[in-house]
Amino acid sequence: MILVDKNTRVLVQGITGREGSFHTRQMLDYGTRVVAGVTPGKGGQEVHGVPVYNSVKEAMKDHQVDASIIFVPAFAAADAALEAAHAGVPLVVLITEGIPTLDMVAAVKEIKALGVRLIGGNCPGLISAGETKIGIMPGHVFKRGRVGIISRSGTLTYEAAAALSDAGLGTTTTVGIGGDPIIGTTFKDLLPLFNQDPETEAVVVIGEIGGSDEEEAAAWIKEHMQKPVVAFISGRSAPKGKRMGHAGAIIMGDVGTPESKVKAFEDAGVPIADTIDEIVELVKKTLG
Amino acid sequence: MKLHEYQAKEILAKYGIPVPPGKVAYTPEEAKKIASEIGKRVVIKAQVHVGGRGKAGGVKLADDPNQAYEVAKQILGMNIKGLTVKKVLVAEAADIAKEYYAGLIQDRASQRVVMMVSREGGVDIEEVARENPQAIVKYKIDPHTGLRPFEARQIVLDAGLEGNLNKLADVLVKLYRAYAGVDAFLAEINPLVITADGQVVAVDAKIDLDDNGLFRHPDLAELREVEAEHPLEVEAQNYGFAYVKLDGNVGILGNGAGLVMYTLDLVNRVGGKPANFLDIGGGAKADVVYNALRLIAKDPDVEGVFINIFGGITRADEVAKGVIRALDEGVVKVPVVMRVAGTAEEEAKKLLEGKPVYMYPTSIEAAKAIVAMVEGKK
Ligand SMILES: Nc1ncnc2c1ncn2[C@@H]1O[C@H](COP(=O)(O)OP(=O)(O)O)[C@@H](O)[C@H]1O
Ligand SMILES: [Mg+2]
Repeated sequence: MILVDKNTRVLVQGITGREGSFHTRQMLDYGTRVVAGVTPGKGGQEVHGVPVYNSVKEAMKDHQVDASIIFVPAFAAADAALEAAHAGVPLVVLITEGIPTLDMVAAVKEIKALGVRLIGGNCPGLISAGETKIGIMPGHVFKRGRVGIISRSGTLTYEAAAALSDAGLGTTTTVGIGGDPIIGTTFKDLLPLFNQDPETEAVVVIGEIGGSDEEEAAAWIKEHMQKPVVAFISGRSAPKGKRMGHAGAIIMGDVGTPESKVKAFEDAGVPIADTIDEIVELVKKTLG
Repeated sequence: MKLHEYQAKEILAKYGIPVPPGKVAYTPEEAKKIASEIGKRVVIKAQVHVGGRGKAGGVKLADDPNQAYEVAKQILGMNIKGLTVKKVLVAEAADIAKEYYAGLIQDRASQRVVMMVSREGGVDIEEVARENPQAIVKYKIDPHTGLRPFEARQIVLDAGLEGNLNKLADVLVKLYRAYAGVDAFLAEINPLVITADGQVVAVDAKIDLDDNGLFRHPDLAELREVEAEHPLEVEAQNYGFAYVKLDGNVGILGNGAGLVMYTLDLVNRVGGKPANFLDIGGGAKADVVYNALRLIAKDPDVEGVFINIFGGITRADEVAKGVIRALDEGVVKVPVVMRVAGTAEEEAKKLLEGKPVYMYPTSIEAAKAIVAMVEGKK
């Protein structure tokens, strides 16, 4: 397991909203320790028994917080992430989709300078199977096991986790890093953590077209990774210059092509699965 | 979202960057009138959402209003890279001594906005990047300070631009302000011209806006030109679907961008051609699925539909209800194959029993089936 476990105390920003309240219920049901929520102007209320505060700082006077998850609308989401980081929350998970990119450019720089880890935006969050879910994924498809997952996609991650679980391999921690062009944490930030994690025996990297995060991950793997990695890339048949659902899934000129990503992984000796089932086969093979 | 040159120039002018005086014309008569108002040699420029208009014959000089009429008549209605010219910019011709390049892009690798400046302007910057990369100076901008004059001056010096240093730096500073001010994704001045009498002028401008920032700029959001996009893409936008029209015949519907991309890949891998990308998003209810199928069915290219669902927050039975309604109402008249898994999978399968939908346990089997069906029809 990396980053989060059953002891992680979670704050929900935007807890009184439709999404925030729905997923607070889901996280509580999974066993996540949701200790407090924040919605500016709604302090004093309760959501599913969780006390609501007006600010992160006020919530942290009464509670110890290890991670915050954000369900705040796009126009205010980067600000919410900054609020958490400045209040001293060490891990900030930004679920919101559609955040203006320049807000993220500024927020990512500032949050990193504060030494805080930001995951997302436009991501499903993270889950340590059987321990805690700080995200919006369907918890039941993640069975505790041996494989770590890092992914730019949501649904495809659930598919991969379900397939690994059905095959008896199971997952340790799964991190959805998000589909936006500017995100807080990329593949290569998480690979070292999985490399160190005694429970994780192999890592599945689910990438897609756009940007060069897969290439950077491959370069890191080539130099440092001591555990088997299996890669998957979606959007291999996508046309150039078109945004495929995710703001970040776009081939621009020569950057972000599937060919470049395939080549990078091949150079690093990382096998590439063409289908979800092949992910399972390749993981099985690498684990012997 | 793309803006036209004349719209981009209005933004630059608002931020204090000199642009040649000009106005947009929809008819040769209007072009003539604008040319006579300007009272000097003018340039007539096709306003379409593509670059390289000059090379394509969409940028021409006119010495007087009568010639402006003739040139505008030629350019209006012209087809440039598949787009019909519906309007032209009539602008005062600049007396060009030098053509430079200045642009701003989002650089994902460094997570910054990067300014690029080059002595080699007026040509395609991607070509310069390929053939003479040293000719481009790149500078990462701190989002918390913006581009400051001292930084801009150094960029001008490093790029070896000749001309008034302060005026050139001022344009760069203002270009970043404009970029940040309108939430741009890309902003380019190409060429940035030094005139014979030493003025610095933005002779061409291109701004693409960040769609995620549009809510802050309702005035700019209004400039979206629906006719420039595929009509089905416009309709999809109204429904809030992520939809991309593609050139094949297999309609695709799924939940989650990654899963939909994967579904396209599978269809391609087994020799088929997807007609579209359509992500119904997370937590979709039956009516959303129904509307998505209606949209796909409107596409005359579609000869079969592949619905690929992995239930998470989205319940597979909700999807099934939407599919059934579309089938019962006769919305979809082509074969439908479906693969469902995850949350409420069993409920969904029960609902779909006896319905005219071909169910497959895996994505790859479903892909093979739909491709065989549309092929068999020919
Ligand atoms: N106002 C103008 N005055 C003089 N020359 C111009 C003017 N506008 C464009 N040109 C010339 O036409 C070329 C191409 O025009 P431009 O606006 O850059 O279109 P594109 O980039 O689509 O080809 C420029 O590099 C410049 O040499
Ligand atoms: Mg140009």
